[in-house]
Amino acid sequence: MERSEAELIAAVLAGDSASFEPLVAKYSPRVFATARRYARREVEIEDIAQEVWLKAFDKLKTFRGEAPFEHWLMRMTVRTCYDFLRGHQRNRESSFSEISEPEEDWLERFVAEPGSAAEDADAAKLLIDRVLDKLSPPARLIIQLLEIEDRSVKEIAEITGWSVPLVKVRAFRARGEMRKILARMTKDKYL
Amino acid sequence: MNLGELQKKLTAAARLQAPDERVPYAFEKRITAVIAARAMPDFWTVWSRGLWRAAVSCVIVAVVCGAISLLVPSSSENNPDLSQDFENTLLASADQGDNSSTMP
Repeated sequence: MERSEAELIAAVLAGDSASFEPLVAKYSPRVFATARRYARREVEIEDIAQEVWLKAFDKLKTFRGEAPFEHWLMRMTVRTCYDFLRGHQRNRESSFSEISEPEEDWLERFVAEPGSAAEDADAAKLLIDRVLDKLSPPARLIIQLLEIEDRSVKEIAEITGWSVPLVKVRAFRARGEMRKILARMTKDKYL
Repeated sequence: MNLGELQKKLTAAARLQAPDERVPYAFEKRITAVIAARAMPDFWTVWSRGLWRAAVSCVIVAVVCGAISLLVPSSSENNPDLSQDFENTLLASADQGDNSSTMP
């Protein structure tokens, strides 16, 4: 018979570490999906996922069961991803000269006729990844959660542990930072 | 160029990207193995941990003894001289030997 999540957690807390395996198997897809939003290389993504699970194991006694385990785990995942971003702030100041030909074509189409540049084009995805990589860690986290995942300010405050006013301030700054990066990118090419 | 529009377009492009939920093969087994390995510390870790604990205990005992010897007033009448007693005990046999040889 399959044991419930609460039973598995209770067993792990009682010292049966093997009961942790079904939890890892069940929630790893979500952990990996989140990690892939912040890291590009598979090795880094695996490192993040492993760190998340080891942290979850060590801090399992702090899980009070008031909210679903998944929420508690995802909060930990996002915070681990943020720590990863802060530890890997390299190449953010590089120029946009390395933009590929399809990306350049997409931008040209956008400049000529904004409606003709499709959002689902691969070039647009590459461009947004490039822009996100150049954002500072707090700006990237906010843009990801607020603009891309469409979460509320309150939710972001709960996930990150920041206060609601701080989230609002950082969101304002993040949008400005993103606009500056876009301006630099287009200035390099079209001005 | 309308930067606001470009920002919206690119954000929409990011939203359209489906989350990639692939997990490496047997990832959960790897995590369980790492946890199990952490739970069983090797011999030298246990040994050095015990050694450090013993060292700390020794330092604490030494400090307490030092504090007691400094703070508790000692009177020479009540407390016999330990070194003198030790010397007497050690040399008792020699003293006995001397006494018997000098007897007529």
